[in-house]
Amino acid sequence: MNLPVGNMLPTQSIDGCHNLFLSSFHAIGTKSVIHYPIARSRPLASRSSLCSAERTNMKTDRIVGKSVPRKEGRDKVTGRSGYVDDMVLPNMLFGATVRSQVPRGRIRNITFGPGIAWDEFVIVSAKDIPGKNCISLIGDDQPCLASELVNHPEEPILLLAHPDRHLLPQAVKAVSIEYDPLPAIFTMEESERGSEIIWGNDNIFKTYLIEKGNLDAVWDQADYIVEGEYSTGAQEQLYIENNGMIAAFDAAQGITVWGSLQCPYYIHKALMALCDLPAEKVRVVQMETGGAFGGKEEYPSMIAAHAALLAMKAGKPVKIVYDRMEDMAATTKRHPSRTRHRTAVSREGKVLGGEIDFTIDGGAYLTLSPVVLSRGAIHAGGLYYWPSVRIRAKAVATNAPPHGAFRGFGAPQSLFAMERHMDRIAQTVGLAPGEIRRRNFLQPGQATTTEQVVREPIDLGKLLNRALEISGYHSKKKNFVKHNQGGASRKGMGIAAFLHGAGFTGSGERYLSSVVGVEGCADGRVRVLVSSTEFGQGTKTVLSQIAAQALGLPYENVTTAQPDTLEVPNSGPTVASRTAMVVGKLVESAARGIAQTLISSGLLGADYSADEFRTACRQYVATRGQFRCWSRYDPPSDIFWDDQAYRGEAYAAFAWAVYIAEVTVDPTTYSVSVDDFVALQEVGKVLHPLLARGQIIGGIAQGIGFSLYEKVIWQNGRMQNGQMTNYIMPTSSDVPPIRVFFEELGNVHGAYGAKGIGELPMDGPAPAIVNAVVDALGIPFDSIPLLPEDIMDGLAASMQESGAISGVGGR
Amino acid sequence: MTNPRQSRGKTELSFTVNSERKQVRAFPMERLLDVLRLELGMTGTKEGCGEGECGSCSVLMDGALVNSCLIPVLQAAGTNIVTIEGLASGNHLHPLQEAFLECGGAQCGICTPGMILAAHHLLKKNPAPTMEEIREGLSGNLCRCTGYSQILEAVVRAAHPGTSA
Repeated sequence: MNLPVGNMLPTQSIDGCHNLFLSSFHAIGTKSVIHYPIARSRPLASRSSLCSAERTNMKTDRIVGKSVPRKEGRDKVTGRSGYVDDMVLPNMLFGATVRSQVPRGRIRNITFGPGIAWDEFVIVSAKDIPGKNCISLIGDDQPCLASELVNHPEEPILLLAHPDRHLLPQAVKAVSIEYDPLPAIFTMEESERGSEIIWGNDNIFKTYLIEKGNLDAVWDQADYIVEGEYSTGAQEQLYIENNGMIAAFDAAQGITVWGSLQCPYYIHKALMALCDLPAEKVRVVQMETGGAFGGKEEYPSMIAAHAALLAMKAGKPVKIVYDRMEDMAATTKRHPSRTRHRTAVSREGKVLGGEIDFTIDGGAYLTLSPVVLSRGAIHAGGLYYWPSVRIRAKAVATNAPPHGAFRGFGAPQSLFAMERHMDRIAQTVGLAPGEIRRRNFLQPGQATTTEQVVREPIDLGKLLNRALEISGYHSKKKNFVKHNQGGASRKGMGIAAFLHGAGFTGSGERYLSSVVGVEGCADGRVRVLVSSTEFGQGTKTVLSQIAAQALGLPYENVTTAQPDTLEVPNSGPTVASRTAMVVGKLVESAARGIAQTLISSGLLGADYSADEFRTACRQYVATRGQFRCWSRYDPPSDIFWDDQAYRGEAYAAFAWAVYIAEVTVDPTTYSVSVDDFVALQEVGKVLHPLLARGQIIGGIAQGIGFSLYEKVIWQNGRMQNGQMTNYIMPTSSDVPPIRVFFEELGNVHGAYGAKGIGELPMDGPAPAIVNAVVDALGIPFDSIPLLPEDIMDGLAASMQESGAISGVGGR
Repeated sequence: MTNPRQSRGKTELSFTVNSERKQVRAFPMERLLDVLRLELGMTGTKEGCGEGECGSCSVLMDGALVNSCLIPVLQAAGTNIVTIEGLASGNHLHPLQEAFLECGGAQCGICTPGMILAAHHLLKKNPAPTMEEIREGLSGNLCRCTGYSQILEAVVRAAHPGTSA
């Protein structure tokens, strides 16, 4: 099957013999490009004839699995890396955004106040939009610039640009906008009541229903019915580099944007619709990106759109870089959530079935809420076996800025609930937290809530045992009982066991249909061509490792191109822990295509050295021109997903983990310190141990913030604490020693057995830490962030209650 | 924030950056950060929050670690400033830069210049700090990617070459 990619490679034709789609390599005897039908116990190197380079060239050490130097590391430690705010174009203007000051209303009048030389400014309103006034993503409901109605505070209304950036803040202030206010809603409960309809017919962005077994029959069989309600707050991604974009327009070439971003082709799509330009007249280039965590997944399309509109009107390049307050107030955050559990449990502590209601606050527009909701819903049952279950999931609208992607993408919310609830079940049944989990763990051959059968030989009981042992759980628990009678402080231990699906959910990867390229260059070196972006996690390094390994070349001979839609195909967004597993597998495949082409053209023998490869590659390019091989995702034929019933193989692979937190609660200040944190996970093959460990520790630190520090304070839909001085993230003094351990089972779908890793560590810390606090204090907390004042209130309420009880009991 | 245009006009001032004497014309209340980045084109110093909280814009001024977003350039006149561009000598990385590479102390890299300068400042004051002293010494520099462990390990490695953190 030859697939056209003209719409993805605007200026390149890929026809002709030098651009080779790997689909043409069906000589390897497989039906699909990515899915090798090979027994998983056999080493990958012997899987196909294309592996000859790797198999025979023993001069090259294995590269995958080694902590090779970061491709962009040197530039990062010397300050030479180019981030968007470091870039200056000739005659560049600076752009600023005039935003809504009300949560909901009709724009009545806009006045440009006195004292500003308005004729020096470029001013853009919705009227200047050449195409459709929307940020095209899943739905087209979010305007690029509000023209009539505003639906949340900080909604963009006008854009200003000027050569002197110092003049912009005053100009923004001098624009006054009059509104006819409309009633607004700010909580999920208000939205559900429907007294005010702000989106669609019912304020509901999306619902899902996941059903398994016969739930109605289980309640009568239950020895216990355990109920609980859990909630999580909004969380700011707080990448240290604020969002920013530069746009330039030229009638012949179209629009080009450079920016801090995760998903070049999301922006590409949004700009085509907004500017009414064909694919080849929109170019998106990623600059070095200073952290993202999902926070640069969808909102960069908005900023790119704004910069593009200003640049088109000005006829000059325009830079928009947000300051911290604007970034925090206006851009997306993690969805606040509420989860209700009602679980039927047997006397032996077996879960018989349960209902899970999972609701998230999507803010004012659809954006990515349906997808976040989906992942949250699928992860809501955790890594347990549910004979029957009913999961109802719902994303609702409120008049807050849209909530969006943040590492974990719905799973940290629903897994917090699941893992807190598991401790509540343990307490009800009278079992230890570890034991209740052990009795309910999914086993190979059993099916998840979406009826996905666990095919890999994962032994969760063993994983739990190892984590308990490493953390010294049992002996510490014993000591803490004694310690806590003493009075000075309270100590506790908490467990979270969880899973995270790698790659897009269900049919997602099928729809994405990602393409990657590998190029044999004129100098004989090899270049990986992907739109997958580096923003700290090591994308360029890991993909280069995979290509080098597949080709049997030294790591130094392979680079990964800077994502630029003129240059690279659409390998999909850099999200969902999919880069190493899905994109990596495609890179492996395309790289093999390069070797195979050289071999079959007679320029290279099957058993080659790096020098021979280089010579052959040079010759190939010199005589035949550009030399690129492409590989497109082809879904494994045995993966089944039903979008209607929400049933089937939700993910090609799950990563599994058990995290254990040890905490001390100070009875005077009510502050919690995490004293030890053990993170044990099975993530398939670890491609780069140093980067992998860095990902895990970094995710856990964000999880500590999510649990104990990071609280967004809302007032009428507006963030009140949009500064680093009053929105508190962990410092080096707050993060405990984090002990990271890996198990490696391997995974048939990922490059060299890799699964996803990026999001997993965000899921476990909050429940492990809160379970530990509950263990220390003996009273339940079911909401995060859990701040000292919440603990103080919880203790006061508990004392009052026990006072009341002792009054009744007369003790 | 004060609009520098409303203050008095630009003034001539000079200071030393990475051992080179620099003469600039700038508004006296302009942030040292902006003068370094925009006037002198030294973009290694980063802005994270603009209010002295995150430490990304850290530089050394007469040996003291300062947030260059809080320093009016007039205050920097006559001082000796060290930025990230001044640490490596030619192609030879500073031991801290090497250690950050080896230990995975840089992920996205945006806090890295400030973090390395803070670590440099710490090791100048205290060449053999304990882990607690390193945690404390770097607590004014925020990193969202690493969870700090690999940064702390890099500082230990730079302070005690040859040892594993």
